Amino acid sequence: MKNWMQFLVLITSITAAGSLLASGGMGEGGGSQMPPVSNVKWKAECSSCHMLYHPGLLPEKSWNKLMTGLDHHFGENASLDTVTRDEITKFLALNSADKQDNRRSSRINQSIPANATPVRISETRYFLSKHDELPASTFKRKSIGSASNCIACHKGAENGNFSESQIRVPR
Amino acid sequence: MRSSFVILGLLYSINVFAATPQALLKEYEVQAKQENSAFSGFSSDRGASFFRMERMHSDGKKVSCSTCHTADPRNQGKTRANKLIEPMAPIVNPQRFTDAAKVEKWFGRNCKDVLERACTAQEKGDYIQYLVNVK
Repeated sequence: MKNWMQFLVLITSITAAGSLLASGGMGEGGGSQMPPVSNVKWKAECSSCHMLYHPGLLPEKSWNKLMTGLDHHFGENASLDTVTRDEITKFLALNSADKQDNRRSSRINQSIPANATPVRISETRYFLSKHDELPASTFKRKSIGSASNCIACHKGAENGNFSESQIRVPR
Repeated sequence: MRSSFVILGLLYSINVFAATPQALLKEYEVQAKQENSAFSGFSSDRGASFFRMERMHSDGKKVSCSTCHTADPRNQGKTRANKLIEPMAPIVNPQRFTDAAKVEKWFGRNCKDVLERACTAQEKGDYIQYLVNVK
């Protein structure tokens, strides 16, 4: 009986350690990249005009602000019917940077002052510090367009993968 | 009994999800007559000039449908955020004008972006009439 208990404890701890490792490390729990997320309406509605931004790129307060101003969405009318809008807002909130335990989301979130609600990822201190070696002219290249076009250089951006090894800055 | 439900369901779903450009034109015609008792049909020519007509937006930039859709509706367009837009003309993109809700959603957004007001049923009908006539 005692042996059985020991065996059980052993198995449980191996499994726990295994899943910790699989998720990308100790301490921060969620690994360095954002986890895959999916929602059919988010995917359809939020990628018809621009690349699909992972919810882990901004905290809940930012998504809420953005989703209540869709009729003036960075200069364009992107309004949705209320059912669709509410579903997407909920999905974004649930997976937002302040609800994620991956390293990048946490750092983005930590770089935002408590009294600020940015709606542009490219205005967060985290983004600015990560891109400070790039001159403004690079972002203006025709192949890139602007700093909001993550996918021009980070090909895994839509899946939340911004790892160093995946970066290729086009000419 | 059960099969009549199936048929009813089928009819309903066709009505809701799958329209044809012609069916949409009929719906806009009904609306246009309500908006204007002197309505005298849709015009492909009017739709063509509507598609290319530039106006000064209050933000100081000139804008038209063709700003994003290009002057030739058989071409792919591009959004301001660099995303590809499939061609508007059904001759090259048969998916166009087959989903009433989608059509209304985009008229709703884009009319406000370009004209800074809603489009009339007359304008919507002219626009579709022009695009279905593009060969």
